[in-house]
Amino acid sequence: MPLQIEPKSRHEQVSLFIFKHGNKILIYLLLIALSIPFIFPFWWMITSAFKPMNDIFAYPLTLLPQTVRLENFADVFTFQPFARHYFNSIYIAVLVTVGTLIISSLSGYAFARIKFRGSSLMFMLLLSALMMPVEVTIIPNFTLMQALHLTDTHIPLIILPILGANGIVASFLMRQYFLGIPQELEEAGFLDGLSRWGVFWRIVLPLARPALISVTILTFLYSWNSFLEPLIFINNTDLYTLPVALRSITDEYGQSLWHIQLAATTLTVLPVLVIYAFAQRHVVESFALTGSKG
Amino acid sequence: MQLTRPFRNMSLAQKDELTGYLFVAPQMIGFFLFVLGPILAIFLFSTQQRDLLSGVVKPIEFANFDYMLKQDRIFPKVLINSLTFTFWLVPLNITLALALGLMLTRKMRGMIFFRTLFFAPVITSTVAWAVVWRFLLQGDQGINQILASVGIDGPNWLREPDTAMFSVIITRVIKTVGLNMVIFMSAIQNLPREYEEAAEVDGASPWQILLRITLPQLAPTILVVMVITVIGSLQVFDHILLMTNGGPANATAVLIYYIWFQAFRVFDIGYASALAVVLFGIVLIATAIQWVLRGRFSYNEH
Repeated sequence: MPLQIEPKSRHEQVSLFIFKHGNKILIYLLLIALSIPFIFPFWWMITSAFKPMNDIFAYPLTLLPQTVRLENFADVFTFQPFARHYFNSIYIAVLVTVGTLIISSLSGYAFARIKFRGSSLMFMLLLSALMMPVEVTIIPNFTLMQALHLTDTHIPLIILPILGANGIVASFLMRQYFLGIPQELEEAGFLDGLSRWGVFWRIVLPLARPALISVTILTFLYSWNSFLEPLIFINNTDLYTLPVALRSITDEYGQSLWHIQLAATTLTVLPVLVIYAFAQRHVVESFALTGSKG
Repeated sequence: MQLTRPFRNMSLAQKDELTGYLFVAPQMIGFFLFVLGPILAIFLFSTQQRDLLSGVVKPIEFANFDYMLKQDRIFPKVLINSLTFTFWLVPLNITLALALGLMLTRKMRGMIFFRTLFFAPVITSTVAWAVVWRFLLQGDQGINQILASVGIDGPNWLREPDTAMFSVIITRVIKTVGLNMVIFMSAIQNLPREYEEAAEVDGASPWQILLRITLPQLAPTILVVMVITVIGSLQVFDHILLMTNGGPANATAVLIYYIWFQAFRVFDIGYASALAVVLFGIVLIATAIQWVLRGRFSYNEH
């Protein structure tokens, strides 16, 4: 059908012009205005980490430190065993990530490729459990860990994310990715005499690198930022992870010691932001994947 | 799978099946122990009087639910709070996410930069986010200093019931809107362009294209994102604990906060479990709605 191009009215021509040119400026202005509440908290957090306590409360609010007080960062480590908290957070996040990668790639592959009775039922069960928030299942999990004398240890902080909701999402992502790998590659592997394990380990897993990277990003961040589990399972301050440690930087009346707290917060958030700045495409796409799971 | 498989041998197929079970075993055992078991336990606990610290357990049938519906003054308030929270958070989040998604998918310079900015709060620790905003929302600091400079006397945002709920919602939207934004962005980028191009050639205005072509095409995505956001909004816990601790005067105590409060502050895990059963029911209804909507718009899924 030939397209009929109607002669445009003057009004439409003007609006088309605005659409073509003025619109861009408008969009930039709007984006800049909207981004202020997204950037300002970071800006304020990082700059205030360099201010003396009094300057943080200065009127009017200052965008840059008037006097730079680097001792804030030293105080962080003397106020609390912060280096230890940092180490706790790192080693727990690494173990959670490695564990999740192993378990989710194994089960994701089996659900995608191996025929066994009950597989779709099991997979449905896994997904439906995502409806129940972790805050709820943590109640019976707490009584379980209590019975096993595992409260006030890092074990619940490591195994619950691997096997709970975070691990289930990871398995789902792995399964989706494995489904997209051409089956002919596996058939060729079998013909070459590889076992199922050999096909998985030598052929499929190396091809699944993008999915493994996504699971690594999502799981590491999940563990690094995790707050509820350490809040509930850990009493001993030496065993704290960063999020609970940040919250406890207060004076004896429970008031925040802002200069120390903000320096500690900056030390917690900044490494993540720096990595994010370099790997933003990977990070954003990994999160977009979890959204599409529905 | 009509092709001849390399192994038609029965015993090898059985061996493969065994491998399948072995591969899923760690996940499934963990699932039964730490996810499904606890979900079932919640239902059992809800019929018990159960103390977290002493471990004393007494079966009391439906007394927890009886107390919840007839005597507990906080329960209705908590339900209304959850409803209010969801009612405001979901449309604000989705409208902003959609607007940002539509702008950031334009072919213009710097859109990746802006996407990075708007997404940054999503990867940031909720504790860090709350530390900063609790300062900025104090009576005589941050936001109110900015407002004062234009002659507005701002309230003590987190200490007054009405503004506390408002503040918690807004700061939560800023924290998480990036997630829905990137979901919309990938949906928009996957839309067929022909219709929009044809409409443009036909002289449709940008608004007409947006309202008559782009948005209807996005409708299935919007609906699914909406239900995910509703379910997510019912599970917002750490943000509220850290920003307001449920206060002032329970003004921001939502259902999930109340469950945690009963379990880990009052140590009454029987009653907390009964409340959890209610939450489970609400989430189940939301999920059922999602399934119905998905069925209706299934043409867009693969």
